[in-house]
Amino acid sequence: MQVHIGDDGRGVLARLHGVSKSYGKLRALDGIDLSLHQGELLALLGPNGAGKTTAIGLLLGLIRADAGEVSLFGLDPQDIRARRNIGVMLQDAALPLTLHVGELIRLTASYYPNPRSVAESSDLAGVSDLLKRPYGKLSGGQQRRVQFALALCGRPRLLFLDEPTVGMDIEARQKLWAAIRHLVAEGNSVVLTTHYLEEAEALATRVCVMARGRMISEGSVEVLRARIALKRVWCSTRLTLEDLQLWPEVAEARTDGERLCLSTEHPELLVRRLLAQDIALTGLEVRAAGLAEAFTELTRDDAIAHDSSAALQEAA
Amino acid sequence: MNATTIPTIDAMPRSLVLNAYVQEARSEILRYLRNPGFLLPVILFPTVFYMMFGVVLAHTEAPGMARYLLASYGTFGVMSPGLFGFGVSLALERDNGLLTLKRALPMPPAAYLIGKMLMAMIAAAIVILLLLALAAGVAHVALTAGQAAALLLAGTLGVLPFCALGMLVGTLIKGQGAPGMLNLVYLPMSFLSGLWVPLQILPVTLQRIAPVWPSYHLDQIALRALGVTQAPILQHVLMLCGFTVGFLWLAARRLRRNG
Repeated sequence: MQVHIGDDGRGVLARLHGVSKSYGKLRALDGIDLSLHQGELLALLGPNGAGKTTAIGLLLGLIRADAGEVSLFGLDPQDIRARRNIGVMLQDAALPLTLHVGELIRLTASYYPNPRSVAESSDLAGVSDLLKRPYGKLSGGQQRRVQFALALCGRPRLLFLDEPTVGMDIEARQKLWAAIRHLVAEGNSVVLTTHYLEEAEALATRVCVMARGRMISEGSVEVLRARIALKRVWCSTRLTLEDLQLWPEVAEARTDGERLCLSTEHPELLVRRLLAQDIALTGLEVRAAGLAEAFTELTRDDAIAHDSSAALQEAA
Repeated sequence: MNATTIPTIDAMPRSLVLNAYVQEARSEILRYLRNPGFLLPVILFPTVFYMMFGVVLAHTEAPGMARYLLASYGTFGVMSPGLFGFGVSLALERDNGLLTLKRALPMPPAAYLIGKMLMAMIAAAIVILLLLALAAGVAHVALTAGQAAALLLAGTLGVLPFCALGMLVGTLIKGQGAPGMLNLVYLPMSFLSGLWVPLQILPVTLQRIAPVWPSYHLDQIALRALGVTQAPILQHVLMLCGFTVGFLWLAARRLRRNG
């Protein structure tokens, strides 16, 4: 079994190459390319219906591509030998309620050639205290942690985590993040799909944004953020929204709770003018656009481009 | 081209693959035997019916009734772990994401089906043992050890065609609709095979089509096992094998196409 080294010098563990998939008339994936490298945490983002689930389903061998090439550890994902290298946490899988946590881990570990022990798996996922409990008696967040234990118990080199922290409280989420970082630090790779952009921001070494079956952006969190030149300025001021909207320094203005939120390409000029015009100004805060803003902007630009090209096609 | 080999996992030793089968079967059995919602109806229906019709009401009527009904309710009792244990669980697991997760994991695909099959066989054996205990202890049916063993064997293996039928229904219907559909198969088929009232009482047309139902053939084998009849059973065994293979083939085809 060979894994080829890509241009960046790291091994490619899984790959979609020119892959298309349609469900009836709906084109879920439209000639997509995606490579997963060793040691990276790739966050796959996109609005609902963007094709994330289809892309993951192809890599897991759950569905077949209409066109293009899908490989997992150099093999067809439907080959069980390829899947012995992966761990999986899906969004909704109803595990047997009457089995104990330890029994579930032992069962899942038995599918793998070189699994972690039950103790190690439960320790990593933070479920050591739940081993004797029936799965059905656990809270939603605890069940999610057990599913994470099942994903890592086979000592996989590539983990697929689909919305892993849904239903978890902040503390549990932080613990899971720490465990994910630990696995990546060991040299494993992770594919993460999530709706929480701060989760991608906290964990991802690379972010891919999908929309309507295509990859519309790919890069590190920093690269993605840098694509958005705007900064945001918050403040409480006696100046009115209407006046501020007329300032040339302000690209966009809106109220955000008690404060105003202004977008600008020139935060220094804007802040200087704000302070000059309102000595009593309070609550000042300047921030670079986060991944959330970048994401919103990217998908919006894409939608606008799509709408205008559709309009052009209609006109023609 | 600059290619290196990253050490990947070698072939899995056969003993470990075998362990995956064992663990899957163990989990499936534990899981259902701990679930009263599954086990109680499976056990209670045939035993309560047998107590009512085979023991309480039978004494006053024909003397051979308790023995005859042991075969009928044994057959009736064996059908449900096959149809419901296999069929309903498959239909639910296709719907609730568990089968999807297992297909994504490196589970040997046959382990899933064999696990459910063994679970149904054990549940069927429990039903037969309970009925045998009632027959010998309460209804005072004179049973030889050979007859009891033959009925237990017939029941434990006889669950397989109903597993296959349950599997077929489980691939046709997803989720909560499956139990209703399986009852529509289970109850009429039991009646039409003469499990509730002897076939001889039913209209001639129904008697003629009885061999269409797998439960009819299992009942004939059970009757022979208890010495009620002396008719040869080879044709019934072959018919049940045919049903099993046919249902399995159709179900496997659907699973491959639709997942």
